Amino acid sequence: MEQSWRQAKAAFAAIALPPLAWLLLFFLIPLAVIWAYSFGENTGPVTIDLTGTFANYLRAIEPIYLEIFWKSILIAGLTTILCLVIGFPVALAIAFASPRTKTWLLMLIMLPFWTNLLIRTFALIAVLRENGYVNFALEWLWNNASWAMTLAGFQPLGEFEPLKLLYNNAAVVVGLVYVHLPFMVLPLYSALDRMDRSLMEASLDLGAGHLRTILLVVVPLAAPGIASGVLITFIPALGAYLTPDLLGGTDSQMIANVIERQFKRANDWPFGAALSFLLMYLTFIAIAIQTTLQRRADRRGA
Amino acid sequence: MSEAATPRPRRERPGPLEYLRRWPLRIMVGGTLFFLYLPLITLMVFSFNDSRRNIVWEGFTLKYYEKAFSNASLIEAFTNSLTIAFATTILSVILGALAAVMLWRFRFPGKAAAEGGMALPIVVPEICMGVAMLVFFARVMPLPQGLPWPANLGAIIIAHTSFAFPFVATVARARLASFNRELEEAAKDLGASEWRTFWDVLVPHMKPGLIAGALLAFTLSLDDFVITFFTAGPDTVTFPVKVYSMLRFSISPEVNAASTILIVVTVALTAIGLHLQNRNAQKTKA
Repeated sequence: MEQSWRQAKAAFAAIALPPLAWLLLFFLIPLAVIWAYSFGENTGPVTIDLTGTFANYLRAIEPIYLEIFWKSILIAGLTTILCLVIGFPVALAIAFASPRTKTWLLMLIMLPFWTNLLIRTFALIAVLRENGYVNFALEWLWNNASWAMTLAGFQPLGEFEPLKLLYNNAAVVVGLVYVHLPFMVLPLYSALDRMDRSLMEASLDLGAGHLRTILLVVVPLAAPGIASGVLITFIPALGAYLTPDLLGGTDSQMIANVIERQFKRANDWPFGAALSFLLMYLTFIAIAIQTTLQRRADRRGA
Repeated sequence: MSEAATPRPRRERPGPLEYLRRWPLRIMVGGTLFFLYLPLITLMVFSFNDSRRNIVWEGFTLKYYEKAFSNASLIEAFTNSLTIAFATTILSVILGALAAVMLWRFRFPGKAAAEGGMALPIVVPEICMGVAMLVFFARVMPLPQGLPWPANLGAIIIAHTSFAFPFVATVARARLASFNRELEEAAKDLGASEWRTFWDVLVPHMKPGLIAGALLAFTLSLDDFVITFFTAGPDTVTFPVKVYSMLRFSISPEVNAASTILIVVTVALTAIGLHLQNRNAQKTKA
């Protein structure tokens, strides 16, 4: 049973004060300042007047910025779907592996997650660039295919053109999937691992195929894990800065890149503050949707 | 990890549920691991390649490691990153442990708000937190410029602690859920003071959680680019920020060498942390 704070005031103060004070001073106050700035105006190179204007928010919903918001949501959504499609079978295979293999596979999935995000993105650039590995392999295949065609008496294929795999929207999605896949696999795995297997066995015994069993039995049972996996993939993908910055082209700006520009080069802090808070509201909406769905699912289950 | 490590009784018969034995899933798992590791392994292997641009193997060399080690600004950035990560870990473990005990032990007005506030740094997009820290240290609480090392890293350490300690609190609190409150009462009945009960009864129980939390805080700090990018001044460069600026100018194998060192350091630390955690888990079980 929890103790009332009144029963041990001194202990409560000693325990609660440091973390609460830190949170207030070094987290909530900075956010509050940004929030206040989002209703302000630039009146000089370094002065911002808090005039209570909504102009920054009105500017943020102009078509050009709305489009960037929409694009960020689409890219994050596509990333989440791809992570789910790739991550679900992987999590399923791990959950049903032998304990020893399971430990190893989990370790292998988690290891890239511990290595630096910037280094992983940089490594991906080296693989995808025009004289990188993927193009190297494709060129080899192309030349062999060309050789095979001449053997068969056809015209050889033309010169190999390296694919432009970097600096476009597809590269951003590939990069985000690469970075966020472990985020998806781990919650899926823990949901699948806890699942009551006898239900699957019953479904298989009663004549349903594997695909049917997975779609109609496993997926509904693992729904909470799927929902939390989707959420923890979608949120960081939506606010991603580094991946679109390094892998994207001129038209693959996501919302975080626009915010960065307002605070650094454009030096328009109030507008950047408004965009930051809009991104934060989007995040909260995503969390609220997930919580509501979860609650509804819990009620149905109870 | 410790959960996965404990073997669970399972039927020996190769059942229909052994999905890892089916080839479509084998291809899927293999393909995913290939996708995850190919870039990293390529990066590590080619840090030893004796060629600047080519992806063809030209021979083994350590010259990029020599270059990286003689690059004073790279070494400085690396030292800064490790110092920041250590300081962040210590602060985060203390604050996180206190926050976990506060939420676990007490009933107090505004508890729901405190819980929500603790969860905020985990969910707020890092770009938002980055700009908030930029504005805070530029306008609200400017730290004096030109402090001697390591005091000049203060702003970054504060920013990292703010996002890392709620993670430690979450892990430590999950661990406290298995604590038997009667032990605490027994210690107090037997005359232990608040402090002794905390230090000799609660903290030992929380230890595996705190080690896991410390590991998490260390990696989060070492890994962070975005928040540091906004908080760092021109004279306080961390390793990710340095690598980022090197990448902007040119892709040189020196970055491969430096990255390989960081990967090895992180993997080694993670392995040590997991080992300690497993040993602790076994000790508590025995």
